[in-house]
Amino acid sequence: MSRADKKPGRKRSLDAMASMPAQLLSERYGTIAAAAPRAIPVRGPEIGAVMVRGRIGGGGAPFNLGEASVTRATVKLDSGEVGHAILLGRDLEKARMVAHLDALGQRTEWQPVIEADVVAPALLLETAARQRRAEETEATRVDFFTLVRGEDR
Amino acid sequence: MYVAVKGGEAAIEKAHRLLADRRRGDRSVPALSLEQVAGQLSLAVDRVMAEGSLYDPDLAAMAVRQSRGDLIEAIFLIRAYRTTLPRFGATRPVETAAMRIERRVSATYKDIPGGQLLGPTFDYTHRLIDPDMAGDHPVAPGALREMAGDAAYPRVTDILNDEGLIEPDVASDVEPGDLTRDPTGFPAGRDLRLQALARGDEGFLLSLGYSTQRGYGRTHPFVGEVRIGLVDLEIDLPELGFAVNIGAIRVTECQMVSQFKGGGENGPRFTRGYGLVFGQSERKAMAMSLVDRALRADEFDENRVAPAQDEEFVLSHCDNVEATGFVEHLKLPHYVDFQAELDLLRMLRREHAAKTTAETDRQEAAE
Repeated sequence: MSRADKKPGRKRSLDAMASMPAQLLSERYGTIAAAAPRAIPVRGPEIGAVMVRGRIGGGGAPFNLGEASVTRATVKLDSGEVGHAILLGRDLEKARMVAHLDALGQRTEWQPVIEADVVAPALLLETAARQRRAEETEATRVDFFTLVRGEDR
Repeated sequence: MYVAVKGGEAAIEKAHRLLADRRRGDRSVPALSLEQVAGQLSLAVDRVMAEGSLYDPDLAAMAVRQSRGDLIEAIFLIRAYRTTLPRFGATRPVETAAMRIERRVSATYKDIPGGQLLGPTFDYTHRLIDPDMAGDHPVAPGALREMAGDAAYPRVTDILNDEGLIEPDVASDVEPGDLTRDPTGFPAGRDLRLQALARGDEGFLLSLGYSTQRGYGRTHPFVGEVRIGLVDLEIDLPELGFAVNIGAIRVTECQMVSQFKGGGENGPRFTRGYGLVFGQSERKAMAMSLVDRALRADEFDENRVAPAQDEEFVLSHCDNVEATGFVEHLKLPHYVDFQAELDLLRMLRREHAAKTTAETDRQEAAE
């Protein structure tokens, strides 16, 4: 959480929403969208690919590892704010929702609602999921020990 | 004269219908769900993503199901699909040092900082078929253990770097070559070689890696480190002016430490091979790192004497979609080609027979 807290607001929100399970996002979005200004589609949602890069040796020059499917969307509010989303996977509806929330998040009256109902819970969930996975891995840590042999006594 | 022969359509249609029937199998058995394939055959799905060169677990699960578990066929399906996708851009290079570790072992340092984390491994199992696999027995969740402080898992190569014992990474942001966009020429840069190996056939690379261990391009390797886990994908959005995190993918990374080369201003030091693969696949990542190291023969003034050191041989044959295409096309109708061969052979035999008869006649005349 500490690192995420330092991120600029819009990036923090987009990152958090990308990690949120689609089902939960959809529930939270439904409530917000019912009362919020509508989104006018500008681009997409559309499915495409991004080339995932690695670094030679882990820290050297970049190389192309392979592609990943992504979905992107851009929407606009009547008041002019433009929202963007680009997410791993092929969930058109999730990309559209995130773009809409990104646009709404730029309006001062909606920003706190989105923060409280979407971003904060998404971050909490992600932190908990990471913690659990890390603890599962931690349980498989090898604790080496040395046997004291008789002749050392 | 060329005569087109038609008439296969009806047979093809019925064959595909029969394929669909056989794929579904016994209708009284529930059909496989994508969740079952992606969740319970996840390493098959990982292989399809890696060699299909497209990270998308749901799609790879569909491909595995559609191909009846024929993974090279599934990889073919994924490759075909990926050509239909518009390319939106490239991610920033993944930060494997910041990986959320699910497994991490080093064969070179027992007490590596960050420790040895076995994760969900087949290692140390007895390789005995488990009778429980015939049923649906309850399975306990993984054990939990509290983290001791902030976990940091430095790369083993960075540790050796501190002493100057190993060749360092040379950081740069040169735009890498892309073999999906440009035809591969030789010699190929290490960026292109790694791209080809990352999508190359696991079996082929495994055998080549094995061949280097057996003496065909010997590199005397140690696994400095294998790590498996999740890395964030970040992409720069020009519309926003900053990079966003679009999600996380699972990758396997292998740092192979090979015997030293030496002299010059740096003195003798270990050399390295690198492997990075989509999904959980340490066999592939290890094989890739062995072959990567072998392919660097020229860099270290090694004689290129073995197949694994020959980049044209390796890169031209490691792609299983290309390989299966060329091998399997042989079963398609070659009636006209074969007719031409037959004609030629008959002519040769006529000439041979004529010559033999003439020689016999000559001999008889001489006697």
